[in-house]
Amino acid sequence: MKIWRGQILSAAVLAVSLFLSGCNKPPGESFATSDVIKVGEFASMTGSEATFGQSSHQGTQLAIDDLNAADGVLGKKLELHMEDDQSQAGQPATVVRKLISSDGVVAILGEVASSRSLEAAPICQENKIPMISPASTNPKVTEAGDYIFRVCFIDPFQGTVMANFSRKTLKLQNVAVLTDAKSDYSLGLAKFFKEGFVADGGKIAAEQNYSSGDKDFSAELTAIKAANPDGIFVPGYYTEVGLIALQAKQLGITVPLFGGDGWESSALVPIGGAALEGDYFSTHYSPQDTSPAVQNFVKEFKAKYNSTPDAMAALGYDSAMILAAAMKTAGTTDGAKVRDALAATKNFAGVTGKITIDANRNASKAAVILTINNGQFQYVQTVQP
Amino acid sequence: MNIRHAKTFFLGALVLCFLVSLFANQINSYWLFISYDIGINIILAVSLNLINGYTGQFSLGHAGFMAVGAYTAAAITNQFGELNPYLSIAVFLGALLAGGLLAAVAGLLVGIPTLRLRGDYLAIVTLGFGEIIRVVFQNMQSVGGARGLSVMHGWTNFFWAFGFAAVTVYVVTALVHSTYGRGFIAVRDDEVAASAMGISTTKYKVTAFVVGAFFAGIAGGLYAHSKQFITPGGFNFMQSIAIVVMVILGGMGNTIGVIIAAILLTLLPEGLRAIADIEHIPGIVTAHPFVWVSDTRMIIYSLLLIILMLTRPQGLFSLRKSLSK
Amino acid sequence: MTEFLQQLINGLALGSILALIALGYTMVYGILRFINFAHGDIFMLGAFAGFYLAPKVAMFLPMPSIGGGLAVMGISMAICAVVGILIEKLAYRPLRRSPKLTVLITAIGVSLLIEYTCQNDHVFGAAPKSFPTIFPEYHITQLSGLSLNSNQIIVFAVTLILLLALRFIVLKTKIGMAMRALSFNPEAAALMGINTDIVISFTFGLGSALAAAAGILFAVNYPSIDPLMGVLPGLKAFVAAVLGGIGNLPGAALGGVIIGVTETLVAGYISSTYRDAIAFGILIIILLVKPSGLLGKKEIEKV
Repeated sequence: MKIWRGQILSAAVLAVSLFLSGCNKPPGESFATSDVIKVGEFASMTGSEATFGQSSHQGTQLAIDDLNAADGVLGKKLELHMEDDQSQAGQPATVVRKLISSDGVVAILGEVASSRSLEAAPICQENKIPMISPASTNPKVTEAGDYIFRVCFIDPFQGTVMANFSRKTLKLQNVAVLTDAKSDYSLGLAKFFKEGFVADGGKIAAEQNYSSGDKDFSAELTAIKAANPDGIFVPGYYTEVGLIALQAKQLGITVPLFGGDGWESSALVPIGGAALEGDYFSTHYSPQDTSPAVQNFVKEFKAKYNSTPDAMAALGYDSAMILAAAMKTAGTTDGAKVRDALAATKNFAGVTGKITIDANRNASKAAVILTINNGQFQYVQTVQP
Repeated sequence: MNIRHAKTFFLGALVLCFLVSLFANQINSYWLFISYDIGINIILAVSLNLINGYTGQFSLGHAGFMAVGAYTAAAITNQFGELNPYLSIAVFLGALLAGGLLAAVAGLLVGIPTLRLRGDYLAIVTLGFGEIIRVVFQNMQSVGGARGLSVMHGWTNFFWAFGFAAVTVYVVTALVHSTYGRGFIAVRDDEVAASAMGISTTKYKVTAFVVGAFFAGIAGGLYAHSKQFITPGGFNFMQSIAIVVMVILGGMGNTIGVIIAAILLTLLPEGLRAIADIEHIPGIVTAHPFVWVSDTRMIIYSLLLIILMLTRPQGLFSLRKSLSK
Repeated sequence: MTEFLQQLINGLALGSILALIALGYTMVYGILRFINFAHGDIFMLGAFAGFYLAPKVAMFLPMPSIGGGLAVMGISMAICAVVGILIEKLAYRPLRRSPKLTVLITAIGVSLLIEYTCQNDHVFGAAPKSFPTIFPEYHITQLSGLSLNSNQIIVFAVTLILLLALRFIVLKTKIGMAMRALSFNPEAAALMGINTDIVISFTFGLGSALAAAAGILFAVNYPSIDPLMGVLPGLKAFVAAVLGGIGNLPGAALGGVIIGVTETLVAGYISSTYRDAIAFGILIIILLVKPSGLLGKKEIEKV
C-alpha cells in the first residue's frame, strides 16, 4: 500500500499536467479564428540576450497596435502570439512548432540572433509559413528556404560598407579588429570587414577577441595598443561597446573606434560617455532622421515605452509592417501567396529605410553611417546597396 | 525498480514506442517534438542518476558530454546526402554510437579527477569541464564555432528517442542491480567502508562517469537530429543544471522517480505556456487573464524549484528518507 | 616592457575585484560548507542598489566625492546584508540538516529567481544601465605610456582594508571566535552555548555586505550594470576562493589576484578566445595537484 502511494501521487501529477498542457485549443476550433489574423513571434525575452529580444518585441508590438488602430489587415484585427525562447538554444524549435501547430499562426516574426533564427527557419519552411527575421544578419538564415525573409541587411554588405568607409573616407591604413567570439553576428561582420579592408589595400594590424558578457577588455586593448593601429573595428553590441570605448580611452588609445548596427542604442552613450566622441558606426536608420515615418515611429514608441527606440525596435516594427503590407497585396493570409507578395516587395517605405527584397530574400537597403558628436548620434552619410 | 521490473519495462517500452511511432504522423507536430524532448531528457536524467544518484558523485557537467555526442554525431551524418531508409538508419545509429563513445572518452577524462575530489569541489570541477568543452566547440571553426552547426537530417523520431530511453533505463538498472553493480551503491553509502571491504572505489567512480557520459552523448546525438541546429551556447551550464534538477526532483537513485521528473520538467514550461494562452475563464471578465504567466514563467520555475527543495528535499517521488549520513 | 607592465596593472586591477568577491564567498563557505551560488547575484543587487541610491545621496552630499561614494557604498552594503540574512532565513535555514546537494540546488534556485526577477521589465529590465560616477576620477598616465586609474587604486585599497578588517573580526572578536568554533564543529559549538543561528545570520550578512561593496566597486570600474553581471564574476571568484584554499581569507585574496593576472596575461599574449576557460583550467590543475588550495590546510578524513 505504502509503496504505491508515491507512484499514484506521481501519476496524478502527471495526469494533471498533461491535462493542463492539453488545454490549449487545436487550431481551427477557436471561436476567435474567424475575425483575427494570428501572427507568431518568438523573441529572447529572458536570459543572456533579453535586452535585444525585449527591444525587438516592443517594436513588433507597436506595429501590431498601429495596424489594429488603422482597422487591421484585410478587415481583420491582428493578434500577436509571442513566445519567449529564453535566449536558450533548443527553445526556438519548440516554440515555433507550438506557434504553427497549436496556435495556428499564419506567419512568424523573429529572431534577432542568427543562431536562433537558423533553428526556426527549417520548421517554417517545412510548414510553408513565411518567416521574417528582424535582425539576423548571417547570410545562412535565408538560405534555409524560400519562405524565409529578413528586413535587415546582411553581414557581407555591412562589413564591406564599413571597410570602404574606413578605407576611403577615414583613410585608415592599419586597423585592429576586436571581435565578440561568442556572437555569430560579430564574427560574420568581422570576417567581411577584414576581407573588404584587405582587398582595398589596407592592413589588419591586430586581431583580438572577447566574449559577450565580459566587462574587462583591458588585456585585449593593451595588446591592440601595442600593435599601434590607426583605427579599431569593434563589430559588437552596445552592451559591450560602451565599456570598450571607455577602457580604450583610459589606456590612452586615441584612434577612432567604429562598428556596426549593434552599436545603435540609446544606452550606448550613457555608458561610454565622452570616450565615444568621434567614433563611427553603420546602422539602419537614425532616430534623428526628419522623415515623417521615422519621427512618427520615434514619437509613438516614446509615448508607449518611455524610451528611445534602438535599431532592434525599429527592425521589429518593420518586420511586422512589411508582413502586413504583403498580406494586403496578396489579399489573403495563405502562406504561399503571402510568400510571393513578400518576395515581390519593392521600395517598401519602412522606418529603417526603403526596403527591397532581393532574389535571396534579403533586404536590400541603404546603410547610414552615424558618428557620435556631443553625446548625440549625428548623420554622416548614406551608403546605397 | 529491480532487475525483473527493468526487463518487463524494457520490453513494454519498446513495444509501446513501436506502436506509437506508427501513429506519429497524426500527432500535432508541436507535441510530437515535445515527446522527443521527453525521451532525450529521460536518457540524460537517468544516465546522470547513475553518476549522481547511485554512485554519490556530483557532476554538474552533463551538458558537456551531451555537446560532444551532438557535435560528433552531427559532423558524421552531415557527410552524407540523401540516403535510402535502411542506409540512413545504419548511418544514424553509427553516428549516435560514435558520439556516445567520444563522450565516454570525455567522461573518462573527467572521471580521473574524481579520484581525488568529492562533494562541492567535484561539482565545481565538472562544471569547469563542461564550460571548457563548450569554449572548445566555440572555437572549433570546422563545426561552425560560435555560429553553430546546421544538422541536415532530422532523423530523430519517437521510436529512436524512446527506444534509446528504454535502453538507457535498462542498462543503468541492470548495471546497478548486478552483483558487480552493488559496488556503486557501496561507494555512495560509505566510500571508506567500501574500500576497506576491498571494493575498488576508483574503478566504480570512473565506470559511472564513462557509462553516464556515453548515454549523455547518445542523447546529444538525438538532440542534434531533432533540433537540426546546434550551437555551443545550447550546452551551457544552465542545461547541466536542468538535468541535475530532474535527478534531484525525482529522488537521487530512484530511477522511476527520475523518469517521472524528466517528463514533468519537460512538460512544465509548456504547461505554463498553455496557461498563459487561456483566453478567458467563465466569471472573469478580462481576456487572457493569465498572460502575465508568459512574462514570469522562469520566475515561477525557479520559485517552484526552491519550494520543492524546501518541502521535499529527498525528491518528489522518493519514499526513503534523505540519503545524508 | 611597457606593454607587459600595463598588462600586469590590468591584471591586478581585475584580480583585486575578484578577490573582493572571493572574500565573501570564502567566509560563507568557511562557516557553512556550501557554495552560495546566489553570492554573484547579491553582488549584482549591490550594484543596482548603488545605481538607485546615488541620486538620493547626491541630495545630501556632494557627488562625485569620496564621502558621497562611501555613503552610497555603506547604505548599499547594509541593504544587501539584510537581503542576505533574509535569503538565509527563508531558503537555507530550513535545509541545514539536508544533504549538500539539496542546499546547492536551492542556492541555484535562489540565484535563478533573483536573475529572472530582476530581468523582468517591471523590475530592472534586461537592458544594461549606466552606473553614475560616485568617486572623483583621475587618470594617471606616465610618460612611458603606462596608465592607471584612480578607481583602480580605490578598489585595491578597499580590498586590502576589508581583508584586514575581516581578519580582525574573525581572529580578535567574540563573534569571530564563535564563527571559528562553528566552522570547526557546529554541534560542539552549539553545546558550548553558541547561538548558531545568530552566528550564521551574521556571517551571511557580512558576506552579503562584502558582495555589495564588490558590486559597487565593480560598477565604478565598469559602469555598465545589468541583471546578469554577477554570473561570471561570481563563478570566477568562487574559483579564486578554492584556489586560495576555501575558508582562508588571505588565500581568497591571493586566488583572486592570481586568476586576474593569469587571465589578463593569457588574453593579452596567447589568445583571448579561451578566456572563459582559463579560470576553470587553473582550478582543475590546482585541485589535481593540491586539492586543499594554495594556503588551505589539508583536511583529514575521519572515519
